[in-house]
Amino acid sequence: MPSEPVLSLHNVFKEYPTTPVVRALRGVSFAVNSGELVAVVGPSGSGKSTLLHIMGTLDRPTSGEVTVAGFQVSQLSDKDMSSLRAHHIGFVFQQFHLLSGFTALDNVADGLLYTGLPLRTRREMAEVALRRAGMGHRLDHVATKLSGGERQRVATARALIGNPSIVLADEPTGNLDSKTSDAIVELIEELNESGTTIVVITHNPEIAEHFPRSVGLRDGQIEYDTSWKDVA
Amino acid sequence: MAATLQPSSLHPRDLGRTATVGLRTRKLRTALSALGIMIGIAAMVGVLGLSESSKSELLAQLDRLGTNLLTVEAGTGIGIGTGELPEEAAGMIAQIGPVETTTVVSAVDDADVYRTDYIPEGQTGGISVQAVDLTLLDTLAGSVADGQWFDAATGAYPTTVLGSVAAERLGVTEVTGTEQVWLGNQWFTVIGILEEFELAPDLDRAAMVGLRAATDYLGDDGVPTRILVRVDPDQVDAVMGVMAATANPENPEEVEVARPTDALEAKEAADDALTALFLGLGAVALLVGGVGIANVMVISVLERRAEIGLRRALGATKRHIASQFLGEALLLSGIGGIGGVLAGVAVTTAYARIRGWSALVPPIAIGGGIAAALVIGVVAGLYPAIRAARMSPTEALRTAG
Ligand SMILES: Nc1ncnc2c1ncn2[C@@H]1O[C@H](COP(=O)(O)OP(=O)(O)OP(=O)(O)O)[C@@H](O)[C@H]1O
Ligand SMILES: [Mg+2]
Repeated sequence: MPSEPVLSLHNVFKEYPTTPVVRALRGVSFAVNSGELVAVVGPSGSGKSTLLHIMGTLDRPTSGEVTVAGFQVSQLSDKDMSSLRAHHIGFVFQQFHLLSGFTALDNVADGLLYTGLPLRTRREMAEVALRRAGMGHRLDHVATKLSGGERQRVATARALIGNPSIVLADEPTGNLDSKTSDAIVELIEELNESGTTIVVITHNPEIAEHFPRSVGLRDGQIEYDTSWKDVA
Repeated sequence: MAATLQPSSLHPRDLGRTATVGLRTRKLRTALSALGIMIGIAAMVGVLGLSESSKSELLAQLDRLGTNLLTVEAGTGIGIGTGELPEEAAGMIAQIGPVETTTVVSAVDDADVYRTDYIPEGQTGGISVQAVDLTLLDTLAGSVADGQWFDAATGAYPTTVLGSVAAERLGVTEVTGTEQVWLGNQWFTVIGILEEFELAPDLDRAAMVGLRAATDYLGDDGVPTRILVRVDPDQVDAVMGVMAATANPENPEEVEVARPTDALEAKEAADDALTALFLGLGAVALLVGGVGIANVMVISVLERRAEIGLRRALGATKRHIASQFLGEALLLSGIGGIGGVLAGVAVTTAYARIRGWSALVPPIAIGGGIAAALVIGVVAGLYPAIRAARMSPTEALRTAG
């Protein structure tokens, strides 16, 4: 496996300034290498989504250092963080977040909307991505007419359309039944095998078991990381 | 590893496309909020168009009628005896340098006109008998609806030309040459019916006879009750100043001098006040439309948190989000503005056609209408756009079901 870290967190803290202050992350450090497939597992409220937002540069840590695709997030402006997301990071969400009135193809094409590429190019790339996600037969279906599993496949295609450095998935199977969920997990594994670096966040240890590496999160701290054993 | 970071950017065409997302997915709401602006703009464009069309109509009318006609009448004020002008008044007026023509009208008070000799005395239907100079028709820029105007011969014989209202009331609908009316206790042949006089509406209710015929058949004294004067267009005011004293040097205060076209212009001025009122109403409608758009946009931003969060995750900058929502507000108001201009032009055209005018919508009303709509769009869209842009991506994603 190539071992150049695509993503690294060093001693990351995140506090929400509510009363009382919520310390969602408390000294998280770990790295994801290119080509890895990592599950972040933890119970509800353990800080998984917070971690995903920080990894995805949607939010800044209160302290600590985050590096994505070679860029130190603390050095980046808000605009730069947007640029980083546009070109290097793909997201998959539990709620799919597809634009309801639009076709699968156009939803996926939106994955590169903010790279400045013209629609025609984006649609061509969207078709390729949809085929990779097993949705080649549903290109022109409107998002609202798709099943949950199909929607998540479309959302996944959108995340990987531009070959991002890393794909971050927050509970991608959270809204799916177990059978569909298995199919999505399988898709994620396939995509990883063809080279995409993926971090999947889940509260479901069964899903984590499928993956080559899993990181356990509890109360904002890393409880275990299966890669530690490798080192040991 | 310090590679350069390619900035996020949105293809210009996609900027337009993202601005239509909300409109396409919420068509009814789009239509209703654009309608508010449309009504306001339509009202303003319509009012400006109508006022402009009626103004140009007035100018054309004044051009046709000439603004150099003056009427001289004996005043009807208190303590005034005869109600007549001095016999020599017309001659005196003709002496004034800039006077081009004078036309005498003499009311024949002793004579009435009836359809037949069976109709009881006094039931005149408000129709008067007026002895007139043969030049009257030209002087008043009148025209013949049917038959003909007097010539030297018919003006000396018992013939009459009827004003439009008089003809109607007497039941004379066409000139056959044999049609007669009972005028001053004798039969007068109707030789013509006139169109309405724009400059002397009271003559529409008159049966006119030649001055010669009036003297010979009706025993009229030929003393003028009214003199119509055409003057050099550049000297109208100067002539008006000396007119009374010239017409009746002994009692100039008994003479009333007027310019009939002033009445037309006064009517137009009154319309101007109405135009201003309607413009004000249009502006209020526009304001309400703007508030409607702002309201809809604020709701839309709240409803579309998930979309905003998603777009931020896809790499949209705050500016991209702001321009999407601002663009949406602009589109809403722009659609309303264009629709309003079209509706305003349609209303103007339809109304002008009914009135027989040529429709005229000032270009500034069209340009101004669309510009006003866009300004409203910017103002209404700015706050919601900024709110959308300021929304933190994590909040937007977290709160979205
Ligand atoms: N914006 C916020 N303001 C205040 N507290 C927050 C905010 N976001 C998250 N939290 C708190 O931080 C903690 C971690 O939340 P987070 O959403 O990261 O957990 P999670 O592991 O994703 O949970 P779940 O499995 O339920 O999605 C929780 O206690 C949560 O209430
Ligand atoms: Mg979560």
